[in-house]
Amino acid sequence: MSEKYLKNIYLWMVYLFLYIPLFILIFLSFNSSRYGTSIGEFTLEWYVKLFDNKGLVEASLNSFILAISVATIATVIGTLASVSIFRFNFFGKNFLLTLIYVVLMSPDIVMGISLLILFLVIDLPLGFTTLLITHVTFSLPFVVIALFSRLAGFDKNIIEAAKDLGADSLKTFWYIILPSILPAVVAGWLLSFTISMDDSIGSFFTTGPGFEVLPLKIYSMVRLGVTPEVNALSTIIFGLSFILIVISQILLRDKTKTKFK
Amino acid sequence: MKERNFFNVVTVAIIALWLLIFAFIPNIMMFIISFFERSETGFFDVAFTLDNYKSFFSSLYFQVLFNSFKMATITTALVLLIGYPFAYILARSNFKYKSLLAILVIIPYWTSALIRTYAIKVLLTTNGIINTTLETVGIIDAPLNLLYTEGAVILGLVYTLLPFMILPLYATIDKLDVRYLEAAGDLGASRFKVFTYIIIPLTVPGIIAGCLLVFLPSLGLFYIPDILGGAKNLLIGNLIKDQFLLARNWPFGSAVSNLLMIIMAFMLFAYYKSAKKINSKVL
Repeated sequence: MSEKYLKNIYLWMVYLFLYIPLFILIFLSFNSSRYGTSIGEFTLEWYVKLFDNKGLVEASLNSFILAISVATIATVIGTLASVSIFRFNFFGKNFLLTLIYVVLMSPDIVMGISLLILFLVIDLPLGFTTLLITHVTFSLPFVVIALFSRLAGFDKNIIEAAKDLGADSLKTFWYIILPSILPAVVAGWLLSFTISMDDSIGSFFTTGPGFEVLPLKIYSMVRLGVTPEVNALSTIIFGLSFILIVISQILLRDKTKTKFK
Repeated sequence: MKERNFFNVVTVAIIALWLLIFAFIPNIMMFIISFFERSETGFFDVAFTLDNYKSFFSSLYFQVLFNSFKMATITTALVLLIGYPFAYILARSNFKYKSLLAILVIIPYWTSALIRTYAIKVLLTTNGIINTTLETVGIIDAPLNLLYTEGAVILGLVYTLLPFMILPLYATIDKLDVRYLEAAGDLGASRFKVFTYIIIPLTVPGIIAGCLLVFLPSLGLFYIPDILGGAKNLLIGNLIKDQFLLARNWPFGSAVSNLLMIIMAFMLFAYYKSAKKINSKVL
């Protein structure tokens, strides 16, 4: 009995370690005391200040547009490719799968640096396009992994049945495969969206002076010191990421339940 | 299923070309540049040299590499020490909401890592929560210097990377066949022996995967020492960043990046070896 107690205490201690710093940030963002040294009154002052910061609002907007583009491109390419990789055998399949896993595992800094080398050597101006390429490259493996886990439970006989009934590849994909993998497609989109919104290392190397993105703006702010505006900003980002992740997890989890029906 | 058609060829070709052009070729370029000479005017001079790899052992850079490896090793050890019992307890428990609890570990990972590092900074600042609490309670008289220390950087790394260790461990322990443990118990093995002779060997792939996911980033996450450590505690990541952006020494920066890729290759190899070994033993 006491052992079970100890085990539970240990679990909760680790959860506290993971969440307390975030909860303190959220708390301080509503706290009127500037340095968080004392518990003041509830205030929305820091949020108002945040939205007055033009550079920050612009960077947020840039990041948002970028993330939507990245997520859409990565999801389309990743979904179509996953289905084909799942269904067919072809020359170089193992090489492609290995490449996907290596990209997934590669340290962000190495990917960012090597892409910077490529962009400078081929003389592509740094900015929106280079960020887009970088983030799509980061996201593709995650989309493929999300799709594979869903496709693993897919009954290939259904595809055969559709083919026997006269559906071509495109029709089979659109009417048979896509509807049943849709939750994983949406989850892949959301994952790519958060990867693009959060990526600081890749962006650090491949962004240009004309296109500032949110993570780098935050980076320059948090390097300077602790300010309540950053607390407010962090709270908003944490809240949004939390919602997106919860949605994507629910979508990814549903499949295990329907599979047994 | 060996059928070729337009749809299949095009969809595979797009992702294959994308990854070839934007992941494979850049890495090959980086590899080649690491053997070139530094250029005063351009990015590099096309002339073969091994000097970039030799400078790993120059006193200036050796110190950075050694320090970074030391911090990464400490971080990985701490994360394993904290994460293994956690993953074990969670995976072997019979909580109703077990998978939800596992997701709770991932959620902080999906929120901006910068913000999590910043959260640690907020905790550690001179007039932050920890110092204020300790002063109020009366344990200390003056605020402690918690920030800008090696300990702060390690705390930041542990905090950022803990989920990466817990998840692969959770997955392997969750798949562990309970019958092996029961059999060992029936044959008279003590709980300690079951743990060291059965559980640990069977979860080696998870341990290696976790170490891979923690050790590599802890060499490269340059923003953590930037935010928490001041300039003293350089990681390999900071070294790479400075070589490309400040010193403009691409060949040396590429050589250091290659070092990370070589470490990754070794760890991936070890992972596949161990996963294969366990599978062939078990199945």
